[in-house]
Amino acid sequence: MSGSTSSAPTGGLATSVLSGPGPFTPTVFHVSDRAQEAPDVVTLALKNDGGAPFSFQPGQFNMLTAFGVGEVPISVSSSPGAGPLLHTVREVGPVTRALCQASVGTRVGVRGPFGTDWGLASFAQADAIIVGGGIGLAPLRGAIEQLIETTGLPSGPRRVVVLAGARRPDQLIFKEDLAAWATAGAEVAITVDVAEEGWMGHVGVVTELVPQMTFDPRRVMALVCGPEVMMRFTVQALIERGVLPTSIRLRVSLERNMQCGTGLCGHCQLGPYILCRGGPVVTYPEASRLLHEAEL
Amino acid sequence: MTLGPYGPLGSALVSGVMAAIIGFDGLDGLIGSLKARGYRTMGPVASGGAISIRELKSAADLPRGWEDEQAPGTYRLHQTASPDLFNWAVGAGSLKAEVFPPRSIIWQAKAPGYEVEEISDDVPPVAVVGARPCDLAGLRVLDRALGSPPVTDPAYRRRRDAVVLVAVECSRPASTCFCVSMGTGPSASEGFDLALTELGGGYYLARAGSKIGKELLEGLSQRRARREDFARRTELLARAASHMGRSVDQHGLPEMLVRNLSNPLWDEVAKQCLVCGNCTAVCPTCFCSNFEDRTDLSGTVQRERTWASCADLAYSYVHGGPVRASIKSRYRQWVTHKFSWWWDQFGTSGCVGCGRCITWCPAGIDVTEEIAALRASDNAGETHGEAHLQ
Repeated sequence: MSGSTSSAPTGGLATSVLSGPGPFTPTVFHVSDRAQEAPDVVTLALKNDGGAPFSFQPGQFNMLTAFGVGEVPISVSSSPGAGPLLHTVREVGPVTRALCQASVGTRVGVRGPFGTDWGLASFAQADAIIVGGGIGLAPLRGAIEQLIETTGLPSGPRRVVVLAGARRPDQLIFKEDLAAWATAGAEVAITVDVAEEGWMGHVGVVTELVPQMTFDPRRVMALVCGPEVMMRFTVQALIERGVLPTSIRLRVSLERNMQCGTGLCGHCQLGPYILCRGGPVVTYPEASRLLHEAEL
Repeated sequence: MTLGPYGPLGSALVSGVMAAIIGFDGLDGLIGSLKARGYRTMGPVASGGAISIRELKSAADLPRGWEDEQAPGTYRLHQTASPDLFNWAVGAGSLKAEVFPPRSIIWQAKAPGYEVEEISDDVPPVAVVGARPCDLAGLRVLDRALGSPPVTDPAYRRRRDAVVLVAVECSRPASTCFCVSMGTGPSASEGFDLALTELGGGYYLARAGSKIGKELLEGLSQRRARREDFARRTELLARAASHMGRSVDQHGLPEMLVRNLSNPLWDEVAKQCLVCGNCTAVCPTCFCSNFEDRTDLSGTVQRERTWASCADLAYSYVHGGPVRASIKSRYRQWVTHKFSWWWDQFGTSGCVGCGRCITWCPAGIDVTEEIAALRASDNAGETHGEAHLQ
């Protein structure tokens, strides 16, 4: 009981100044830079003038508001630290279209960070194999940058392997980053499902690259993000290489409808998970049975 | 002074009263004193052919003599000569709407700067007279889903902390009720400020469950509750418990449902289910919501939050389409969440046994029957789901 008998009816909506924003209230950032990654993919740098540095861990996501259109969950694609806060957005609906069209200076609402991260700190010594399918590379980008930096490649204590797949060459994102990661000492392999004229690289699904890479399956952490079918087959390929299927070092990032980011709206349920809270990053042994049941 | 089968009622204040017998005038006094304290006082009224929760002017608004008949897809009210006010089970409306508004504006912002202005919903505190034990249990479930860390829903918490609950225990359950098997009724043992038991003849055993409940009770015309009053309550509740129309076997239920995710029985129920969302709307614990932006020609954006339903196709939409396209998958989500995964998420069942989803289903789908059928199939050793789940 609050005993709030002094509350008088206000007869309608009233605005109030609260001590801090509520969980559903975005902070207004603006687009400070933008880069076209692919015909339908844009990376936005977001800045909050005067705001505190945005603190997050790779793998977490924010809810981004395109004012007047709506709000969507988008993974942070930068690594924590001094650089700009990056989100890489693929145009798949009205809100992501508005975000992809946002010019420098456009105001964007930001809430977050939400959800679990890749948990890099827990496996400091393990080799890292990072597999991204399509836009699935976006939530992995910050992890890759952080791994390369903290490992001290090329002579560091572990290998960093990056496998990137795209449907077609022009849909491959982070092209410059992939080259830079290879230069820094990461083992990078790229494949496309369908080649085009001028494509000299590998053609095929990303899982085909797994057997070719150098890593120690007994001491590897695998971070996988992409369509669910791609994640299932990637994990299968890793298991065939000798990674234990029960290893909690096998991690995937899952996607469901998310509207609040705080576990309150209910939309992102997957079995026992409320994915905005217990995910998006989950260990594969926990999630595998849920990924094998249709329409869960 | 009123005389009745329970003897004279005194109006003197008795200090330290935790239980007393009140009459109709006491009930009226209770409503009056809640209103005097500033509470928007809600309660059951017979309106439009059903018991609905509406704002009360006085105890005269309560549904005297009305009795309900409920069955799958059926709800009927009958007027009787009984002086009883609470001879019905539950209507479509639960306490949910009192603590979790079906529609609210969260914030607004105006072009071009879009400075976000939060909209606070400064509504007066609400008191509900006539809350059923299953609905008290429903609030305890919502407390875990919306009102607890790590993130607490501010609008829910504000309303929940302010609400005063006058429960009325059930003496006439409906055929659709199964609170006994869910452990939530027909008696009220916690989560109320005052709990009433309608003893008959216009008398009520009132028990205080909080400081304000005690204060309210002390201000009412009353007499001391005697041993025979409590015995009468016990008798009424035992009779109600034995008249439960339905039950759900709780034994190993969460695991049984997960074992049967691929059971073809889901396809059978999908043939009847209209995915209308009635079950989720009337459910006292369904807490899902949509967040949508509305704009007007002046450039103002408002973010609106409304109740959502997992029966909706759009509920599970991700780019490329809905995750749960089939009706089967949506009905299965509702049942498995409510009876199985709710435990993983919130440490409790999501069902309180109120039976509303059965009564208000236009197709008359009975969740207790569906679960029993799954269990029978499971007991018969038919495995559907675990085999390929590794």
